[in-house]
Amino acid sequence: MSIAAKFEIEYLQYLDKDGKEVRKDLPAFAKDLDQMVELYKLMVSTRVFDAKSVALQRTGKLGTYASCLGHEAAHVGIGSAMKREDSLAVSYREYGAQLYRGVQPREVYMYWGGDERGNDFAKAPKHDFAWCVPIGTQCLHAAGSALAFKIRNEKRVAVCTIGDGGSSKGDFYGAINVAGAQKLPLVAVIVNNQWAISVPRKIQSGAETLAQKAIAAGLPTIQVDGNDIIAVRKAMEDALDRARNGEGASVIEAVTYRLGDHTTADDARRYRGEDEVKEAWTKDPVPRLRKWLEAKGAWDETKEKAWLAECDDWMDKEVDAYLQTKTQPVEAMFDYLYAELPADLVAQRQQAIDLDRKSHG
Amino acid sequence: MAQITLIEAVTQALAYEMAHDDSVVVLGEDVGVNGGVFRATQGLQEKFGELRVLDTPLDETTIAGLTVGLAVQGMKPVAEAQFEGFIYPMMEQIACHAARLRHRTRGRMTVPAVWRAPWGGGIRAPEHHSEANEHLFTNIPGLRVVLPSSPARAYGLLLAAIRDPDPVMFFEPKRIYRQYKEEVPDDGEALPLDVCFVLRDGTDVTLVTWGAQVKEALEAADALAEEGISAEVIDVATLTPLDFDTIAESVTKTGRCVIVHEAPRTAGFGAEIAARLMEECFYDLLAPVQRVTGYDTHIPLFRLEMKYLPSVERIVDAAKRTLAVS
Ligand SMILES: Cc1ncc(C[n+]2csc(CCOP(=O)(O)OP(=O)(O)O)c2C)c(N)n1
Ligand SMILES: [Mg+2]
Repeated sequence: MSIAAKFEIEYLQYLDKDGKEVRKDLPAFAKDLDQMVELYKLMVSTRVFDAKSVALQRTGKLGTYASCLGHEAAHVGIGSAMKREDSLAVSYREYGAQLYRGVQPREVYMYWGGDERGNDFAKAPKHDFAWCVPIGTQCLHAAGSALAFKIRNEKRVAVCTIGDGGSSKGDFYGAINVAGAQKLPLVAVIVNNQWAISVPRKIQSGAETLAQKAIAAGLPTIQVDGNDIIAVRKAMEDALDRARNGEGASVIEAVTYRLGDHTTADDARRYRGEDEVKEAWTKDPVPRLRKWLEAKGAWDETKEKAWLAECDDWMDKEVDAYLQTKTQPVEAMFDYLYAELPADLVAQRQQAIDLDRKSHG
Repeated sequence: MAQITLIEAVTQALAYEMAHDDSVVVLGEDVGVNGGVFRATQGLQEKFGELRVLDTPLDETTIAGLTVGLAVQGMKPVAEAQFEGFIYPMMEQIACHAARLRHRTRGRMTVPAVWRAPWGGGIRAPEHHSEANEHLFTNIPGLRVVLPSSPARAYGLLLAAIRDPDPVMFFEPKRIYRQYKEEVPDDGEALPLDVCFVLRDGTDVTLVTWGAQVKEALEAADALAEEGISAEVIDVATLTPLDFDTIAESVTKTGRCVIVHEAPRTAGFGAEIAARLMEECFYDLLAPVQRVTGYDTHIPLFRLEMKYLPSVERIVDAAKRTLAVS
């Protein structure tokens, strides 16, 4: 038999579910315990933020919200490996990556609270994309960004995240395909949380791993334990380095689990068993890193309590800022469609204003 | 007999037709175990199995293309786009193939398929979950575009859509999915796809609309009646091919017409009806035709969306404008 091609998919994990090291060759960043504590703190604040968001939704102060519970290691691992000048294109629940890059909780609340201004990031990089609800489309925006960086000879990388469900979409294949052909500085991370609303991973593809989709695009690829932030961050650093050095794109599959409902409009009990969820909780990324840090003497209960209190304060401030934000005036509908309001829209805009005044007496 | 909502009528029609015609299959995202995110396909997978009620990979192009293939091979697929805002990747399969295979092959191949999608705004949903874009489809030759506005019409029109030998876009106004219940006999009786429904007789002005706006149009007619103005209300229901005769007959009688739709104004389907009235009923018109529509903007996120959607007040004002002309 002659063989045309061969491949295997590496699986990367440093910490097991109990925070024990499964290999000794820890990457350099993981030896800097202060930095690891910072990453842990962001994972915790992301979780506090997320719980706050769900609570806001339950009390009618937010619209539908997509929780990131369980994805903290994957998201923070992605965001923290990037440089500010890199560009991030997310779907909708990657708050851990976005908070790291300066997106403010109040902006997340605004977007899910029905106010477009949440997308006008005040502190995060202006070249980071807005939340992207049409599944998968952001992958090609990242590929296009990567092409721009390459044309202009900039040492910048475009990163996109995509779900296991989203990896079925042509946009994802298109992005990795062109990135392979043109050696684009792109990192595509599949955040495989096992579910696309009610559809399990096995319905998305007959492939053993989602990482191996990259093989068809000619790209280096790896599957990592997405609940082990050291593994996620290491794979990200390697991929970002390759991209920055002109060696082209990579794919990473981060295997994690969606511990919550798809969104607050969903009830996952309709389609998945309690056992599976219980089992997934034993792999929770947050206590895993905490145990590891505690074993190293870098964290303890006092610090945990103090940090949780700080997070609560932070979120209270963010919630206040959000709740005090006045709704946009009705003409905001018209004011961001074109650089200049076209003459033909002037009358419609005025009509909307007049009607609004009339109905408010 | 049980009273059911519009969404339950959709389920009832699907279940009826699947039980009576083995070639009917349902496919889409989350249509199986979950029964659809709005529960339109609730219970169907249990009854008809995993292949006839297929949870697809998350790719609208896949869903739309499979649908064309299934239909050409003699199945009757009912595909679901989870929301109208996610239908765009289906466009190529619908416009380039579903709508023209009969034409391309001189009748050798046909596409007896239905594309369902929850349609329209007003439910405080996230971005891309509130679009009204029926006008993008009414401009495609070879398609039927249907928008039911009551449980009974949802049941009868969906049965007709599935039985129709050509591709049908079936847009469901999600704002009124659960607005009210009515008795809908599960008798397999289809409604015609080539007539508009006159929901209320009147003599002074004709209100023409479809989808969720039927609710506002009827309320506007009530408000006008209190002021002694008699409004006729027409639910277009099947936009294309259009039953213009029913509209023309009404407008010839009243001499005045207000067209209401929530899609943007410019090149919305209201423009087509207004143009036909100009061409065919000009001498019977007593006042310029008025349109009450969404603005030429994207439907805003939900804080502002009710200020975008046509209101009863705007419809009443427009009707009075037609009456102010003598
Ligand atoms: C093009 C498109 N189709 C359908 C939807 C509706 N929808 C929103 S999220 C989702 C599932 C996404 O699953 P996955 O890609 O695994 O991401 P996850 O939500 O698990 O993070 C679907 C079907 C959408 N937003 N966009
Ligand atoms: Mg998923």
